[in-house]
Amino acid sequence: MTEYGDRYLVGNQREQVSRFRARVMLAVPLAAILFQVYVPRFLEFLGYLELPLLVTIYFALMRRSQIGGLFIGAFIGLAQDSLSIKQPLGMFGIVKTLVGYFAASVGLRIDVEHSLIRFLLTFFFYFFHQLLYWVLARGLLGRQIPFEIQLTLVLGLLNAVVGVTLFHFLDRLREPA
Amino acid sequence: METLLNRYRNITVLLLVIFAQLVLIAVQVRNDQDVRMVRVWSITAITPLARLLEAVRGGTSGFFQNYILMHDARADNRRLQADLDRLKMENQFLRTEISTADRAKALVAFQQHTQSRTLAARVIAAGAGANSKVVFLDRGSGSGVEKGMAVVTPDGIVGKVIAAYPTASEVMLITDPEFAAGVVSQKNHVVGTLKGQGLGTCKVDYVPSEEKVEVGEMFYTSGDDRIFPKGFPVGVVRVVRASSPYTEVWVEPSGLERGLEAVLIVLEGVHQAIPEAPPANAPVYLGTPPPPAAGEQAVQPAGPVGTDADRLRQKYQQIGAAENHKFGEGGPGTKPPDFNLKLPVAGAKDGDAATQGRVDAAKPPPVQVTPQGAPNQNGTAKAGVSTSPRRAVPASQPATPAPQPQDQ
Repeated sequence: MTEYGDRYLVGNQREQVSRFRARVMLAVPLAAILFQVYVPRFLEFLGYLELPLLVTIYFALMRRSQIGGLFIGAFIGLAQDSLSIKQPLGMFGIVKTLVGYFAASVGLRIDVEHSLIRFLLTFFFYFFHQLLYWVLARGLLGRQIPFEIQLTLVLGLLNAVVGVTLFHFLDRLREPA
Repeated sequence: METLLNRYRNITVLLLVIFAQLVLIAVQVRNDQDVRMVRVWSITAITPLARLLEAVRGGTSGFFQNYILMHDARADNRRLQADLDRLKMENQFLRTEISTADRAKALVAFQQHTQSRTLAARVIAAGAGANSKVVFLDRGSGSGVEKGMAVVTPDGIVGKVIAAYPTASEVMLITDPEFAAGVVSQKNHVVGTLKGQGLGTCKVDYVPSEEKVEVGEMFYTSGDDRIFPKGFPVGVVRVVRASSPYTEVWVEPSGLERGLEAVLIVLEGVHQAIPEAPPANAPVYLGTPPPPAAGEQAVQPAGPVGTDADRLRQKYQQIGAAENHKFGEGGPGTKPPDFNLKLPVAGAKDGDAATQGRVDAAKPPPVQVTPQGAPNQNGTAKAGVSTSPRRAVPASQPATPAPQPQDQ
Protein backbone atom coordinates (compact mmCIF):
# COMPACT_ATOMS: atom_id res chain seq x y z
CA MET A 1 0.00 0.00 0.00
CA THR A 2 1.32 3.48 -0.80
CA GLU A 3 1.75 6.23 1.71
CA TYR A 4 -1.13 8.15 0.18
CA GLY A 5 -3.37 5.14 0.23
CA ASP A 6 -2.59 4.45 3.85
CA ARG A 7 -3.41 7.97 4.90
CA TYR A 8 -6.53 8.09 2.79
CA LEU A 9 -7.99 4.87 4.05
CA VAL A 10 -7.00 5.38 7.64
CA GLY A 11 -8.37 8.86 7.51
CA ASN A 12 -11.68 7.67 6.11
CA GLN A 13 -12.15 4.89 8.59
CA ARG A 14 -10.58 6.44 11.64
CA GLU A 15 -13.99 6.93 13.17
CA GLN A 16 -14.79 3.25 12.61
CA VAL A 17 -11.88 1.98 14.69
CA SER A 18 -13.26 0.02 17.62
CA ARG A 19 -11.71 0.41 21.03
CA PHE A 20 -11.75 -2.07 23.87
CA ARG A 21 -10.89 -1.86 27.50
CA ALA A 22 -7.56 -3.38 28.52
CA ARG A 23 -9.21 -6.00 30.67
CA VAL A 24 -11.34 -7.09 27.74
CA MET A 25 -8.24 -7.36 25.54
CA LEU A 26 -6.65 -9.59 28.17
CA ALA A 27 -9.60 -11.61 29.37
CA VAL A 28 -11.12 -12.56 26.02
CA PRO A 29 -7.97 -14.19 24.56
CA LEU A 30 -7.32 -15.91 27.90
CA ALA A 31 -10.87 -17.24 27.95
CA ALA A 32 -10.51 -18.46 24.37
CA ILE A 33 -7.33 -20.37 25.22
CA LEU A 34 -8.91 -21.74 28.39
CA PHE A 35 -11.89 -22.87 26.36
CA GLN A 36 -9.66 -24.76 23.98
CA VAL A 37 -7.79 -26.62 26.70
CA TYR A 38 -10.74 -27.30 29.00
CA VAL A 39 -14.02 -27.76 27.17
CA PRO A 40 -12.93 -30.52 24.72
CA ARG A 41 -12.43 -32.75 27.75
CA PHE A 42 -16.21 -33.01 28.02
CA LEU A 43 -17.33 -32.19 24.48
CA GLU A 44 -14.66 -33.62 22.25
CA PHE A 45 -16.09 -32.26 19.00
CA LEU A 46 -15.59 -28.72 20.27
CA GLY A 47 -11.86 -29.31 19.96
CA TYR A 48 -12.20 -28.42 16.30
CA LEU A 49 -13.15 -24.87 17.19
CA GLU A 50 -10.15 -22.53 16.93
CA LEU A 51 -11.39 -19.90 19.34
CA PRO A 52 -7.93 -18.31 19.78
CA LEU A 53 -7.81 -17.80 16.03
CA LEU A 54 -11.31 -16.34 15.94
CA VAL A 55 -10.43 -13.90 18.70
CA THR A 56 -7.26 -12.90 16.86
CA ILE A 57 -9.22 -12.26 13.68
CA TYR A 58 -11.87 -10.24 15.50
CA PHE A 59 -9.54 -7.92 17.36
CA ALA A 60 -7.35 -7.42 14.32
CA LEU A 61 -10.31 -6.64 12.10
CA MET A 62 -12.00 -4.31 14.52
CA ARG A 63 -8.99 -2.40 15.81
CA ARG A 64 -7.78 -1.81 12.24
CA SER A 65 -4.18 -1.51 13.37
CA GLN A 66 -1.64 -3.68 11.63
CA ILE A 67 0.90 -3.45 14.43
CA GLY A 68 -1.78 -4.03 17.03
CA GLY A 69 -3.11 -7.00 15.07
CA LEU A 70 0.24 -8.66 14.69
CA PHE A 71 1.05 -8.26 18.38
CA ILE A 72 -2.33 -9.68 19.38
CA GLY A 73 -1.71 -12.63 17.09
CA ALA A 74 1.80 -13.14 18.43
CA PHE A 75 0.61 -13.03 22.03
CA ILE A 76 -2.22 -15.49 21.52
CA GLY A 77 -0.11 -17.75 19.33
CA LEU A 78 2.76 -17.91 21.79
CA ALA A 79 0.35 -18.62 24.64
CA GLN A 80 -1.14 -21.43 22.59
CA ASP A 81 2.34 -22.73 21.82
CA SER A 82 3.28 -22.77 25.45
CA LEU A 83 0.36 -25.05 26.24
CA SER A 84 1.40 -27.52 23.58
CA ILE A 85 4.71 -28.79 24.82
CA LYS A 86 5.32 -31.06 21.86
CA GLN A 87 6.28 -28.21 19.58
CA PRO A 88 8.70 -25.33 19.95
CA LEU A 89 7.46 -21.90 20.90
CA GLY A 90 6.74 -19.78 17.87
CA MET A 91 4.87 -22.07 15.51
CA PHE A 92 1.39 -20.82 16.33
CA GLY A 93 3.02 -17.49 17.13
CA ILE A 94 4.25 -16.90 13.58
CA VAL A 95 1.03 -18.10 12.02
CA LYS A 96 -1.21 -15.96 14.17
CA THR A 97 1.11 -12.98 13.82
CA LEU A 98 0.60 -13.10 10.07
CA VAL A 99 -3.13 -13.68 10.45
CA GLY A 100 -3.40 -10.68 12.76
CA TYR A 101 -1.42 -8.48 10.41
CA PHE A 102 -3.35 -9.42 7.30
CA ALA A 103 -6.69 -9.27 9.06
CA ALA A 104 -5.93 -5.74 10.23
CA SER A 105 -4.85 -4.84 6.68
CA VAL A 106 -8.19 -6.07 5.37
CA GLY A 107 -10.02 -4.23 8.11
CA LEU A 108 -8.47 -0.98 6.92
CA ARG A 109 -9.89 -1.42 3.45
CA ILE A 110 -13.37 -2.83 3.76
CA ASP A 111 -16.33 -2.57 6.03
CA VAL A 112 -16.13 -5.50 8.42
CA GLU A 113 -19.36 -4.85 10.26
CA HIS A 114 -21.41 -6.93 7.86
CA SER A 115 -22.00 -10.54 8.86
CA LEU A 116 -21.41 -11.94 5.38
CA ILE A 117 -18.05 -10.20 5.11
CA ARG A 118 -17.10 -11.51 8.53
CA PHE A 119 -18.15 -15.01 7.54
CA LEU A 120 -16.04 -14.97 4.37
CA LEU A 121 -13.03 -13.46 6.10
CA THR A 122 -13.16 -15.95 8.96
CA PHE A 123 -13.42 -18.83 6.55
CA PHE A 124 -10.48 -17.53 4.50
CA PHE A 125 -8.24 -16.83 7.48
CA TYR A 126 -9.00 -20.24 9.02
CA PHE A 127 -7.87 -21.95 5.84
CA PHE A 128 -4.87 -19.65 5.62
CA HIS A 129 -3.99 -20.40 9.24
CA GLN A 130 -4.15 -24.17 8.78
CA LEU A 131 -2.23 -24.10 5.52
CA LEU A 132 0.49 -21.86 6.88
CA TYR A 133 0.88 -23.99 9.98
CA TRP A 134 1.19 -27.08 7.81
CA VAL A 135 3.84 -25.40 5.66
CA LEU A 136 5.81 -24.26 8.70
CA ALA A 137 5.61 -27.66 10.38
CA ARG A 138 6.96 -29.34 7.28
CA GLY A 139 9.49 -26.68 6.43
CA LEU A 140 10.89 -25.78 9.81
CA LEU A 141 10.37 -28.92 11.86
CA GLY A 142 10.33 -31.56 9.12
CA ARG A 143 7.09 -33.09 10.40
CA GLN A 144 5.23 -35.15 7.83
CA ILE A 145 1.75 -34.25 8.98
CA PRO A 146 -1.13 -34.67 6.54
CA PHE A 147 -3.15 -31.75 5.22
CA GLU A 148 -6.72 -32.77 4.45
CA ILE A 149 -8.21 -30.08 2.29
CA GLN A 150 -11.82 -31.26 2.48
CA LEU A 151 -11.75 -31.53 6.24
CA THR A 152 -10.10 -28.15 6.53
CA LEU A 153 -12.75 -26.56 4.33
CA VAL A 154 -15.57 -28.09 6.35
CA LEU A 155 -13.98 -27.01 9.61
CA GLY A 156 -13.43 -23.59 8.09
CA LEU A 157 -17.16 -23.30 7.45
CA LEU A 158 -17.91 -24.45 10.99
CA ASN A 159 -15.48 -21.96 12.50
CA ALA A 160 -16.86 -19.20 10.27
CA VAL A 161 -20.40 -19.81 11.49
CA VAL A 162 -19.27 -19.81 15.10
CA GLY A 163 -17.07 -16.81 14.41
CA VAL A 164 -19.92 -14.66 13.14
CA THR A 165 -21.92 -15.45 16.26
CA LEU A 166 -18.94 -14.83 18.51
CA PHE A 167 -18.16 -11.53 16.79
CA HIS A 168 -21.71 -10.41 17.39
CA PHE A 169 -21.28 -11.09 21.08
CA LEU A 170 -17.85 -9.43 21.21
CA ASP A 171 -19.29 -6.32 19.56
CA ARG A 172 -21.10 -5.65 22.81
CA LEU A 173 -17.79 -5.41 24.64
CA ARG A 174 -16.64 -2.44 22.56
CA GLU A 175 -16.29 0.88 24.22
CA PRO A 176 -19.02 3.26 23.16
CA ALA A 177 -17.82 5.84 20.65
CA MET B 1 15.36 8.28 6.36
CA GLU B 2 12.68 9.06 8.88
CA THR B 3 10.10 9.19 6.13
CA LEU B 4 11.27 5.84 4.85
CA LEU B 5 10.94 4.28 8.30
CA ASN B 6 7.50 5.77 8.78
CA ARG B 7 6.41 4.57 5.38
CA TYR B 8 7.48 0.98 6.00
CA ARG B 9 6.96 0.95 9.75
CA ASN B 10 4.23 -1.69 9.82
CA ILE B 11 5.93 -4.14 7.54
CA THR B 12 9.21 -3.61 9.40
CA VAL B 13 7.62 -4.44 12.74
CA LEU B 14 5.99 -7.50 11.18
CA LEU B 15 9.27 -8.76 9.82
CA LEU B 16 11.01 -8.14 13.13
CA VAL B 17 8.37 -10.08 15.07
CA ILE B 18 8.45 -12.94 12.57
CA PHE B 19 12.23 -12.97 12.61
CA ALA B 20 12.31 -13.02 16.41
CA GLN B 21 10.01 -16.03 16.51
CA LEU B 22 12.02 -17.80 13.82
CA VAL B 23 15.14 -17.28 15.92
CA LEU B 24 13.22 -18.61 18.92
CA ILE B 25 12.27 -21.73 17.02
CA ALA B 26 15.78 -22.18 15.67
CA VAL B 27 17.32 -21.92 19.12
CA GLN B 28 14.91 -24.49 20.52
CA VAL B 29 15.39 -26.93 17.67
CA ARG B 30 19.16 -26.52 17.61
CA ASN B 31 19.68 -26.93 21.35
CA ASP B 32 16.79 -29.33 21.78
CA GLN B 33 15.78 -27.27 24.78
CA ASP B 34 12.61 -25.60 25.82
CA VAL B 35 11.96 -21.99 26.79
CA ARG B 36 10.66 -23.02 30.15
CA MET B 37 9.98 -19.57 31.51
CA VAL B 38 7.28 -18.74 28.97
CA ARG B 39 5.60 -22.08 29.46
CA VAL B 40 5.63 -21.69 33.24
CA TRP B 41 3.93 -18.34 32.88
CA SER B 42 1.22 -19.73 30.66
CA ILE B 43 0.63 -22.85 32.72
CA THR B 44 0.54 -20.82 35.92
CA ALA B 45 -1.95 -18.43 34.35
CA ILE B 46 -4.19 -21.13 32.91
CA THR B 47 -4.25 -23.87 35.55
CA PRO B 48 -5.82 -21.82 38.38
CA LEU B 49 -8.62 -20.83 36.04
CA ALA B 50 -9.02 -24.41 34.86
CA ARG B 51 -9.09 -25.59 38.45
CA LEU B 52 -11.67 -22.98 39.31
CA LEU B 53 -13.80 -23.99 36.36
CA GLU B 54 -13.48 -27.63 37.31
CA ALA B 55 -14.50 -26.85 40.87
CA VAL B 56 -17.50 -24.86 39.70
CA ARG B 57 -18.49 -27.53 37.22
CA GLY B 58 -18.03 -30.32 39.73
CA GLY B 59 -19.86 -28.44 42.44
CA THR B 60 -22.78 -27.48 40.25
CA SER B 61 -23.26 -30.84 38.64
CA GLY B 62 -22.65 -32.58 41.95
CA PHE B 63 -25.29 -30.48 43.68
CA PHE B 64 -27.95 -31.21 41.09
CA GLN B 65 -27.16 -34.86 40.85
CA ASN B 66 -26.66 -35.50 44.56
CA TYR B 67 -29.54 -33.58 46.08
CA ILE B 68 -32.11 -33.17 43.37
CA LEU B 69 -31.85 -35.93 40.83
CA MET B 70 -30.31 -38.88 42.58
CA HIS B 71 -29.95 -37.87 46.23
CA ASP B 72 -27.01 -39.78 47.56
CA ALA B 73 -26.70 -42.34 44.81
CA ARG B 74 -23.84 -40.53 43.16
CA ALA B 75 -21.88 -40.34 46.40
CA ASP B 76 -22.45 -44.04 46.94
CA ASN B 77 -21.42 -44.77 43.40
CA ARG B 78 -18.25 -42.76 43.82
CA ARG B 79 -17.40 -44.51 47.06
CA LEU B 80 -18.10 -47.93 45.60
CA GLN B 81 -16.10 -47.10 42.52
CA ALA B 82 -13.17 -46.11 44.70
CA ASP B 83 -13.52 -49.35 46.65
CA LEU B 84 -13.71 -51.29 43.42
CA ASP B 85 -10.57 -49.64 42.09
CA ARG B 86 -8.70 -50.36 45.28
CA LEU B 87 -9.85 -53.96 45.34
CA LYS B 88 -8.95 -54.39 41.69
CA MET B 89 -5.45 -53.20 42.43
CA GLU B 90 -5.17 -55.58 45.35
CA ASN B 91 -6.72 -58.37 43.33
CA GLN B 92 -4.35 -57.74 40.45
CA PHE B 93 -1.42 -57.81 42.80
CA LEU B 94 -2.52 -61.06 44.41
CA ARG B 95 -3.32 -62.74 41.11
CA THR B 96 -0.01 -61.88 39.57
CA GLU B 97 1.86 -63.13 42.60
CA ILE B 98 -0.04 -66.37 42.83
CA SER B 99 -0.07 -67.24 39.18
CA THR B 100 3.47 -66.37 38.18
CA ALA B 101 5.44 -68.39 40.65
CA ASP B 102 5.00 -71.62 42.48
CA ARG B 103 3.50 -71.39 45.89
CA ALA B 104 6.73 -71.49 47.82
CA LYS B 105 8.31 -68.78 45.71
CA ALA B 106 5.12 -66.76 45.79
CA LEU B 107 5.19 -66.90 49.57
CA VAL B 108 8.73 -65.56 49.61
CA ALA B 109 7.82 -62.94 47.01
CA PHE B 110 4.91 -61.84 49.17
CA GLN B 111 7.28 -61.14 52.00
CA GLN B 112 9.72 -59.22 49.86
CA HIS B 113 7.29 -57.46 47.57
CA THR B 114 5.90 -54.02 48.21
CA GLN B 115 3.47 -52.21 45.95
CA SER B 116 4.42 -49.06 44.07
CA ARG B 117 4.00 -45.76 45.90
CA THR B 118 1.45 -43.69 44.05
CA LEU B 119 -0.16 -40.26 44.21
CA ALA B 120 -3.78 -39.65 43.24
CA ALA B 121 -4.41 -36.81 40.80
CA ARG B 122 -7.28 -35.38 38.78
CA VAL B 123 -7.28 -34.44 35.12
CA ILE B 124 -8.07 -30.74 34.88
CA ALA B 125 -7.39 -29.88 31.24
CA ALA B 126 -6.41 -31.20 27.86
CA GLY B 127 -3.57 -29.94 25.71
CA ALA B 128 -4.07 -27.23 23.11
CA GLY B 129 -4.64 -28.34 19.55
CA ALA B 130 -7.25 -30.47 17.88
CA ASN B 131 -5.17 -33.66 17.88
CA SER B 132 -3.64 -33.16 21.28
CA LYS B 133 -3.02 -36.33 23.29
CA VAL B 134 -1.81 -34.46 26.32
CA VAL B 135 -3.62 -33.79 29.59
CA PHE B 136 -2.85 -31.68 32.63
CA LEU B 137 -3.09 -33.02 36.17
CA ASP B 138 -3.73 -30.99 39.29
CA ARG B 139 -0.58 -32.25 41.01
CA GLY B 140 2.81 -30.76 40.22
CA SER B 141 6.34 -30.54 41.47
CA GLY B 142 5.02 -29.15 44.73
CA SER B 143 3.50 -32.57 45.42
CA GLY B 144 6.64 -34.46 44.48
CA VAL B 145 5.82 -35.09 40.85
CA GLU B 146 8.80 -35.21 38.51
CA LYS B 147 9.27 -35.44 34.79
CA GLY B 148 9.34 -39.03 33.57
CA MET B 149 7.03 -40.53 36.16
CA ALA B 150 4.49 -43.10 35.05
CA VAL B 151 0.75 -42.41 35.21
CA VAL B 152 -1.61 -45.35 35.63
CA THR B 153 -5.12 -46.34 36.56
CA PRO B 154 -6.21 -49.63 38.06
CA ASP B 155 -7.09 -50.76 34.54
CA GLY B 156 -3.72 -50.06 32.95
CA ILE B 157 -1.09 -47.51 32.09
CA VAL B 158 -2.19 -44.05 30.96
CA GLY B 159 0.95 -42.12 30.02
CA LYS B 160 3.99 -40.43 31.43
CA VAL B 161 4.73 -37.04 32.92
CA ILE B 162 6.56 -34.90 30.40
CA ALA B 163 6.64 -31.68 32.40
CA ALA B 164 6.11 -30.88 36.06
CA TYR B 165 5.13 -27.38 37.05
CA PRO B 166 4.61 -26.04 40.55
CA THR B 167 0.85 -26.46 40.53
CA ALA B 168 0.27 -28.90 37.71
CA SER B 169 1.94 -31.48 35.55
CA GLU B 170 1.59 -32.37 31.90
CA VAL B 171 1.08 -35.97 30.84
CA MET B 172 1.61 -37.46 27.40
CA LEU B 173 -1.02 -40.15 26.84
CA ILE B 174 -0.05 -43.54 25.42
CA THR B 175 -2.07 -42.76 22.30
CA ASP B 176 0.21 -39.84 21.45
CA PRO B 177 2.27 -40.50 18.31
CA GLU B 178 5.47 -39.72 20.19
CA PHE B 179 4.78 -42.11 23.06
CA ALA B 180 6.78 -45.33 23.39
CA ALA B 181 7.12 -47.94 26.11
CA GLY B 182 8.54 -51.42 26.47
CA VAL B 183 5.89 -54.13 26.63
CA VAL B 184 5.71 -57.90 26.82
CA SER B 185 2.91 -60.25 25.89
CA GLN B 186 1.24 -62.38 28.50
CA LYS B 187 1.28 -65.82 26.91
CA ASN B 188 4.55 -66.20 25.12
CA HIS B 189 6.39 -63.26 26.68
CA VAL B 190 6.97 -61.64 23.31
CA VAL B 191 8.80 -58.37 23.81
CA GLY B 192 7.99 -55.28 21.75
CA THR B 193 7.76 -51.50 21.83
CA LEU B 194 4.34 -49.88 22.27
CA LYS B 195 3.87 -46.76 20.18
CA GLY B 196 0.92 -44.39 20.08
CA GLN B 197 -0.61 -43.61 16.72
CA GLY B 198 -2.78 -40.62 17.51
CA LEU B 199 -5.77 -42.96 17.41
CA GLY B 200 -7.70 -44.96 19.94
CA THR B 201 -5.45 -47.96 19.49
CA CYS B 202 -1.69 -48.34 19.80
CA LYS B 203 0.80 -50.35 17.82
CA VAL B 204 3.40 -52.77 19.14
CA ASP B 205 6.52 -52.51 17.01
CA TYR B 206 9.54 -54.73 16.62
CA VAL B 207 7.74 -58.02 17.18
CA PRO B 208 9.66 -60.55 15.04
CA SER B 209 7.47 -62.40 12.59
CA GLU B 210 8.48 -65.76 14.05
CA GLU B 211 7.09 -64.83 17.47
CA LYS B 212 3.51 -65.82 18.24
CA VAL B 213 1.02 -63.19 19.38
CA GLU B 214 -2.68 -63.95 19.56
CA VAL B 215 -5.75 -61.76 19.37
CA GLY B 216 -7.28 -61.34 22.80
CA GLU B 217 -4.17 -61.75 24.88
CA MET B 218 -2.87 -59.01 27.15
CA PHE B 219 0.29 -56.98 26.91
CA TYR B 220 2.03 -55.82 30.06
CA THR B 221 4.79 -53.35 30.69
CA SER B 222 8.20 -54.97 30.52
CA GLY B 223 10.03 -52.46 32.69
CA ASP B 224 12.74 -52.04 30.07
CA ASP B 225 12.05 -48.34 29.56
CA ARG B 226 12.72 -47.55 33.23
CA ILE B 227 9.56 -45.46 33.37
CA PHE B 228 6.81 -48.02 33.84
CA PRO B 229 7.34 -50.72 36.43
CA LYS B 230 7.12 -54.20 35.00
CA GLY B 231 3.80 -55.99 35.14
CA PHE B 232 1.30 -53.15 34.70
CA PRO B 233 -1.50 -53.94 32.22
CA VAL B 234 -1.19 -52.16 28.90
CA GLY B 235 -4.00 -53.43 26.69
CA VAL B 236 -5.64 -56.23 24.77
CA VAL B 237 -4.45 -57.36 21.35
CA ARG B 238 -7.14 -56.58 18.80
CA VAL B 239 -5.39 -57.09 15.46
CA VAL B 240 -2.41 -59.23 14.43
CA ARG B 241 -1.17 -59.02 10.86
CA ALA B 242 1.66 -61.18 9.65
CA SER B 243 4.35 -59.27 7.78
CA SER B 244 8.09 -59.33 7.43
CA PRO B 245 10.34 -58.80 9.27
CA TYR B 246 8.00 -57.66 12.05
CA THR B 247 4.47 -58.71 12.87
CA GLU B 248 1.98 -55.86 12.99
CA VAL B 249 0.21 -55.91 16.36
CA TRP B 250 -2.51 -53.44 17.40
CA VAL B 251 -3.46 -53.08 21.02
CA GLU B 252 -6.47 -51.42 22.60
CA PRO B 253 -5.27 -49.59 25.73
CA SER B 254 -7.04 -50.82 28.81
CA GLY B 255 -6.17 -47.79 30.93
CA LEU B 256 -8.24 -45.40 28.81
CA GLU B 257 -11.36 -47.53 28.49
CA ARG B 258 -13.35 -45.80 31.20
CA GLY B 259 -12.26 -42.27 30.41
CA LEU B 260 -9.83 -40.13 32.33
CA GLU B 261 -10.76 -38.32 35.48
CA ALA B 262 -8.73 -39.70 38.33
CA VAL B 263 -5.31 -41.27 37.82
CA LEU B 264 -2.36 -42.43 39.87
CA ILE B 265 1.12 -41.01 39.46
CA VAL B 266 3.74 -43.64 40.29
CA LEU B 267 6.20 -41.89 42.56
CA GLU B 268 8.22 -45.01 43.28
CA GLY B 269 7.68 -47.89 40.92
CA VAL B 270 7.97 -51.49 41.96
CA HIS B 271 8.34 -54.16 39.34
CA GLN B 272 5.93 -57.05 39.49
CA ALA B 273 5.76 -60.27 37.57
CA ILE B 274 3.77 -60.76 34.39
CA PRO B 275 0.59 -62.75 35.09
CA GLU B 276 0.58 -66.24 33.65
CA ALA B 277 -1.71 -66.98 30.74
CA PRO B 278 -3.45 -70.17 29.70
CA PRO B 279 -1.35 -72.04 27.11
CA ALA B 280 -2.30 -71.62 23.53
CA ASN B 281 -2.83 -75.36 23.04
CA ALA B 282 -4.57 -76.23 26.30
CA PRO B 283 -5.72 -79.82 26.85
CA VAL B 284 -9.26 -80.58 25.78
CA TYR B 285 -11.97 -82.31 27.71
CA LEU B 286 -12.20 -86.07 27.16
CA GLY B 287 -15.19 -87.77 28.69
CA THR B 288 -15.60 -91.38 29.73
CA PRO B 289 -16.21 -93.90 26.90
CA PRO B 290 -19.88 -94.59 26.15
CA PRO B 291 -21.49 -97.65 27.75
CA PRO B 292 -21.57 -100.78 25.55
CA ALA B 293 -24.67 -101.45 23.57
CA ALA B 294 -27.08 -104.20 24.58
CA GLY B 295 -25.64 -107.63 23.82
CA GLU B 296 -22.17 -106.25 23.29
CA GLN B 297 -19.51 -107.14 25.79
CA ALA B 298 -17.35 -104.36 26.93
CA VAL B 299 -13.75 -104.85 26.07
CA GLN B 300 -11.61 -104.37 29.09
CA PRO B 301 -8.08 -103.17 28.68
CA ALA B 302 -5.44 -105.79 29.23
CA GLY B 303 -3.68 -103.62 31.70
CA PRO B 304 -1.75 -100.49 31.92
CA VAL B 305 0.38 -101.42 28.92
CA GLY B 306 1.61 -98.50 26.92
CA THR B 307 4.32 -99.56 24.48
CA ASP B 308 5.62 -102.73 22.80
CA ALA B 309 8.46 -102.82 25.29
CA ASP B 310 5.98 -102.72 28.14
CA ARG B 311 3.99 -105.60 26.68
CA LEU B 312 7.16 -107.64 26.12
CA ARG B 313 8.24 -107.02 29.68
CA GLN B 314 4.85 -108.12 30.96
CA LYS B 315 5.00 -111.28 28.86
CA TYR B 316 8.42 -112.17 30.24
CA GLN B 317 7.20 -111.58 33.76
CA GLN B 318 4.35 -114.04 33.16
CA ILE B 319 6.76 -116.59 31.67
CA GLY B 320 9.06 -116.17 34.66
CA ALA B 321 6.14 -116.65 37.01
CA ALA B 322 4.99 -119.79 35.13
CA GLU B 323 8.48 -121.35 35.38
CA ASN B 324 9.10 -120.12 38.94
CA HIS B 325 12.02 -118.10 37.73
CA LYS B 326 13.05 -114.92 39.46
CA PHE B 327 14.80 -112.47 37.26
CA GLY B 328 18.02 -111.08 38.65
CA GLU B 329 18.89 -114.24 40.60
CA GLY B 330 21.29 -116.98 39.66
CA GLY B 331 24.82 -116.59 38.50
CA PRO B 332 26.36 -116.93 35.05
CA GLY B 333 25.78 -120.35 33.46
CA THR B 334 22.49 -121.05 35.18
CA LYS B 335 19.63 -122.11 32.97
CA PRO B 336 17.58 -119.24 31.63
CA PRO B 337 13.79 -119.45 31.45
CA ASP B 338 12.17 -120.75 28.27
CA PHE B 339 10.99 -117.64 26.60
CA ASN B 340 9.22 -119.63 23.87
CA LEU B 341 6.78 -121.06 26.38
CA LYS B 342 3.16 -120.77 25.24
CA LEU B 343 1.20 -119.17 28.00
CA PRO B 344 -2.34 -120.54 28.56
CA VAL B 345 -3.90 -117.10 28.35
CA ALA B 346 -6.78 -116.08 26.08
CA GLY B 347 -4.29 -115.06 23.52
CA ALA B 348 -6.72 -114.76 20.64
CA LYS B 349 -8.12 -111.55 22.04
CA ASP B 350 -4.90 -110.26 23.45
CA GLY B 351 -4.04 -108.22 20.44
CA ASP B 352 -7.38 -106.47 20.22
CA ALA B 353 -7.60 -106.00 23.93
CA ALA B 354 -4.10 -104.68 24.09
CA THR B 355 -4.83 -102.29 21.31
CA GLN B 356 -7.98 -101.07 23.00
CA GLY B 357 -6.20 -100.87 26.28
CA ARG B 358 -3.48 -98.80 24.73
CA VAL B 359 -6.02 -96.37 23.43
CA ASP B 360 -7.83 -96.14 26.73
CA ALA B 361 -4.64 -95.86 28.66
CA ALA B 362 -3.63 -92.91 26.55
CA LYS B 363 -6.78 -91.07 27.56
CA PRO B 364 -6.57 -89.06 30.73
CA PRO B 365 -9.32 -89.33 33.26
CA PRO B 366 -12.11 -86.78 32.72
CA VAL B 367 -10.86 -83.34 33.63
CA GLN B 368 -12.59 -80.01 33.18
CA VAL B 369 -10.06 -77.64 31.74
CA THR B 370 -9.97 -74.32 29.98
CA PRO B 371 -11.30 -74.26 26.43
CA GLN B 372 -8.59 -74.11 23.85
CA GLY B 373 -7.30 -70.61 23.20
CA ALA B 374 -9.95 -68.92 25.30
CA PRO B 375 -8.61 -65.63 26.64
CA ASN B 376 -8.58 -65.24 30.34
CA GLN B 377 -10.59 -62.19 31.34
CA ASN B 378 -8.76 -61.72 34.56
CA GLY B 379 -5.38 -62.27 33.06
CA THR B 380 -4.63 -65.17 35.34
CA ALA B 381 -3.98 -68.83 35.06
CA LYS B 382 -6.81 -71.34 35.02
CA ALA B 383 -7.10 -75.01 35.64
CA GLY B 384 -4.82 -77.20 33.65
CA VAL B 385 -2.11 -74.59 33.52
CA SER B 386 1.32 -74.97 34.93
CA THR B 387 2.16 -72.65 37.74
CA SER B 388 5.60 -72.16 36.31
CA PRO B 389 5.65 -69.04 34.14
CA ARG B 390 7.30 -70.53 31.09
CA ARG B 391 6.19 -74.15 31.32
CA ALA B 392 2.68 -74.47 30.05
CA VAL B 393 1.05 -77.85 29.63
CA PRO B 394 0.83 -78.80 25.94
CA ALA B 395 -2.24 -80.39 24.44
CA SER B 396 -0.53 -83.71 23.98
CA GLN B 397 0.10 -83.92 27.68
CA PRO B 398 -2.93 -84.68 29.83
CA ALA B 399 -3.89 -82.52 32.74
CA THR B 400 -3.25 -85.38 35.14
CA PRO B 401 -0.36 -87.80 34.72
CA ALA B 402 -1.01 -90.85 32.55
CA PRO B 403 -0.82 -94.22 34.30
CA GLN B 404 2.75 -95.36 34.59
CA PRO B 405 3.86 -98.93 33.79
CA GLN B 406 4.28 -101.13 36.77
CA ASP B 407 7.74 -101.58 38.06
CA GLN B 408 9.19 -105.05 38.28
